[in-house]
Amino acid sequence: MPNMDPKKTPIPEQDPAVRARNFKEVSLGYSEEQAVREAQRCLNCKNRPCMSGCPVSVRIPEFIEQVAKGNFEEAYKIIKTTNSLPAVCGRVCPQERQCESKCVRGIKGEPVGIGRLERFCADHMRGKPVEQEIAPANGHKVAIVGAGPAGLTAAGDLVKMGYDVTVYEAFHTAGGVLMYGIPEFRLPKAIVQSEIDSLEAMGVKIMTNMVIGKVLSVDELFDMDYEAVFIGSGAGLPRFMDIPGEELVGVYSANEFLTRINLMKAYLDDHYTPIIKAKRVAVVGGGNVAMDSARSAMRLGAEKVYIIYRRSMQELPARAEEVHHAREEGIEFLFLSNPTKIIGDDKGHVCGIECIKMELGEPDATGRRSPVEIAGSEFELDIDTAIMALGTSPNPLLRMTTPGLEVNKRGTLIVDENECTSKQGVFAGGDAVTGAATVILAMGAGKKAAAAMDQYIRNKK
Amino acid sequence: MFKILKKRKLNEQVVLIVIEAPFIAAKAEPGQFVIVRCDELGERVPFTISDYDRDAGTISIIYQIVGASTMRLAQLEEGDSILDVAGPLGMATEYVEGAKRVAVVGGGVGCAIAYPQAKKLHGMGVRVDMIAGFRNKDLIILEDEMRAASEQLYICTDDGSYGFNGFVTDQLKALIEGGAEYDEVIAIGPVPMMKFICQVTKPYGIKTLVSLNPIMVDGTGMCGCCRVRVGGKIRYACVEGPDFDGHEVDFDELMRRNSTYKEHEKDHICRLTGGVR
Repeated sequence: MPNMDPKKTPIPEQDPAVRARNFKEVSLGYSEEQAVREAQRCLNCKNRPCMSGCPVSVRIPEFIEQVAKGNFEEAYKIIKTTNSLPAVCGRVCPQERQCESKCVRGIKGEPVGIGRLERFCADHMRGKPVEQEIAPANGHKVAIVGAGPAGLTAAGDLVKMGYDVTVYEAFHTAGGVLMYGIPEFRLPKAIVQSEIDSLEAMGVKIMTNMVIGKVLSVDELFDMDYEAVFIGSGAGLPRFMDIPGEELVGVYSANEFLTRINLMKAYLDDHYTPIIKAKRVAVVGGGNVAMDSARSAMRLGAEKVYIIYRRSMQELPARAEEVHHAREEGIEFLFLSNPTKIIGDDKGHVCGIECIKMELGEPDATGRRSPVEIAGSEFELDIDTAIMALGTSPNPLLRMTTPGLEVNKRGTLIVDENECTSKQGVFAGGDAVTGAATVILAMGAGKKAAAAMDQYIRNKK
Repeated sequence: MFKILKKRKLNEQVVLIVIEAPFIAAKAEPGQFVIVRCDELGERVPFTISDYDRDAGTISIIYQIVGASTMRLAQLEEGDSILDVAGPLGMATEYVEGAKRVAVVGGGVGCAIAYPQAKKLHGMGVRVDMIAGFRNKDLIILEDEMRAASEQLYICTDDGSYGFNGFVTDQLKALIEGGAEYDEVIAIGPVPMMKFICQVTKPYGIKTLVSLNPIMVDGTGMCGCCRVRVGGKIRYACVEGPDFDGHEVDFDELMRRNSTYKEHEKDHICRLTGGVR
């Protein structure tokens, strides 16, 4: 008999007042009893609507059925057949727009906490040996450029098919945005590392400090006998607003702010990378990156943190849970507001930001109602740091150095429905193709590309 | 890990190290840089590649011990390894086509990066005047190397303890006014020096290339920390530079942005030296 509670089993979390000042994980995860209770809410629908919402097609009802029975290892194995990074997805996927949005239980009440259960399984099995089915080596070499979610997913799938897989990573650490972008309090780095370790244990080779496009070109990778190359080089240069004052000391791109904190550990006293310990912070933007920046600034000791977003609450692109957590932690949202200039003092340091009120007009090309300025509604905020979380343009390094690789007007790589680029044997996915998007979409692309690369190499034989 | 094969003190504060880095050595060109992270706790710091040997698979960098990270780097000796070295990053220097005579100006440790430019141009048959400025005689580095890589080497010292008594700007101005016709000036050194060199060359319309040194984090075109204003537009030194047309650069903005972490830096140096400096 299923558990007919209309609400999700609550998940223990750190108290907002406490967690707003530390970098430890916000959500503490289900206990075994809580996981079983939540799993029992699943009706195990025959037509599995939840699966249609998952970019990597996790066999959701099957794994949840095992959790309900207490067979956690079996549940984990089922997830792992299609998802290389379950501990990550369980934490950072926008489930409310994917699997959980399709859940039948969501019609009258809350959907099954699929993300929470996925996370539980991954955490339960962390550090325990799990047998993975890996096909015998097939003698074919493939290269992956970028060790972020897209690249790691492709690497995981290809190594399971028997390929000799090498991942080239530009930074000193693999993980991409999972390491440099998403903060510790949302995705502990030890968990990311253990997912990477498990890929290495399966035979994936990772070469760090290798900036492909500079130290080796894509053509040179083919000269090194790689038969196919996947490009998952991720996000590139940050966007700014092109308003006065963005050059002032105290203006960060979110990428820089988060990289200093997450990758370089500027929040830990013994690490050498510096960061401004701001007192009053304005974050501009409404995505997950804006939430991460604002909440990180709070944890670094800020007294006041604003999120300035030009549309209204309904249009916020961030994951619902992050918005909820940010509000609980005391972040103040200024909706329908847009900066017009950043104000500096005589030393060239940020001391304020001028914004203008907006109203929503007609829907734009993306279907969202575009904000319009309300004349004469300018107002000022006292701040000492501004963080611009406005998205990124694709990294130019590979397109500059790879003849035959076509990009569109925005500079993102052009691919067909199989993630195949205009250059033979080169596949691509993730932010390099879509522009700034989510971890799970990048993983979905990596998965699709891995299948297409396998097909491509088989057809070549 | 990247092994330090050779370490040589060029003066009390300036150190040359030769690092085993075959992939980087195979591709490096003058003007490019590497990002170095000493150890697990270290920052990512950019250093211009001062020399490379493709056959030996090595690159050289020359650094001045000025801050916490270079102090820690200086603690590594021959045989020790640097944890991370990534590169070659940035664009290789593009010289004015068909240039017949070029002045290469270096200031202080900037000579370490100016020198390979002179060497490359000299090797291409261009007439190179090398102007190298130091605060005093004791700080002079690479004198023989610079002499060998130029038609004429002009050493300037602020206190007159060696060579020309004055700044590199004075020497350059004297040469131009004396009739030297330069197709290009390449200036590499402290930001104020590059700024004033550009002020000297601008009235004469001499194209002036500068190598900028903004603060960086990733160095690969991702974080935007190294943004500089060139010709009124935001440019990213790590992927579009570090060389830019000096007459277009907003040097004052660069100086301000480079001072962002001054206080923090003092704090870390105090901890390394136990408060003594």
